[in-house]
Amino acid sequence: MKPIETKQEYSDYVDKKSPNSPILKNCFNAFWVGGLICSIGQILFDFCQYKGMDETSCSTVVSIVLIGIAAILTGLNIFNKIGKFAGAGSLVPITGFANSIVSPAIEYKSEGYVMGVGGKMFTVAGPVLVFGISASVIIGIIATFFS
Amino acid sequence: MDFLQSIDWMQLLRCFIVGGIICIIGQILIDKTKLTPARILVTFVTAGAILGGLGIYKYIIDFAGCGATVPLTGFGANLAKGAIQEAGNSGLLGAFIGGVKASSGGIAAAVFFGYIASLIAKPKIKKQ
Repeated sequence: MKPIETKQEYSDYVDKKSPNSPILKNCFNAFWVGGLICSIGQILFDFCQYKGMDETSCSTVVSIVLIGIAAILTGLNIFNKIGKFAGAGSLVPITGFANSIVSPAIEYKSEGYVMGVGGKMFTVAGPVLVFGISASVIIGIIATFFS
Repeated sequence: MDFLQSIDWMQLLRCFIVGGIICIIGQILIDKTKLTPARILVTFVTAGAILGGLGIYKYIIDFAGCGATVPLTGFGANLAKGAIQEAGNSGLLGAFIGGVKASSGGIAAAVFFGYIASLIAKPKIKKQ
């Protein structure tokens, strides 16, 4: 084969050799798995409303149940198989947040319950809470000026 | 059986489509950028909080229900909504209380179930 001389040629060569990530297929899987998780949430939400709960309680129940299901599936080692298949489809819904807490909690059990389980639990969820809560406080402070 | 008849199928379809689209945005971010899953989760929560703070996310929730509240953008929007509500009730103190208060159920559930799961489940042994 002819030698690679320019950067452009090298980049073309790498593109040709590296497996192309099937983005359309990934997006399709993410779409229907993500949609399905949201739909399960919606049915649960409707059921809570049918039972006469108010809207805020219904949302909280939906979050808790979905987080619980995700925790069980993570413990049974099923969630990471779904995650491999669905990518963002299981990561972006609240199940992804639950998995990001439960998965390291199990994984780092061997390092002890305080620093292993308790500490490593927040490797991914910690940043989520830091930025989420900080944003909410800033928004709340801004809101006090306008109310 | 009354419950099954009370399900609004159009609402469920809107929920499915909007929830799916939010996940596609996440998938495109994973495939097209070098963002790690942790950064994507942070991005979604912060984006949701900002959209919630601006009052835009409310319309998506009205349209899609759980299609908007179940993804992490909904978690962020819920934080913002709580902060704004409490800020209206008790001023500056509310700005600090409101966000976590509104999403406390989810956070407590995730921590509690995580701890319980770590007691029960065995860590899987990595193959060398």
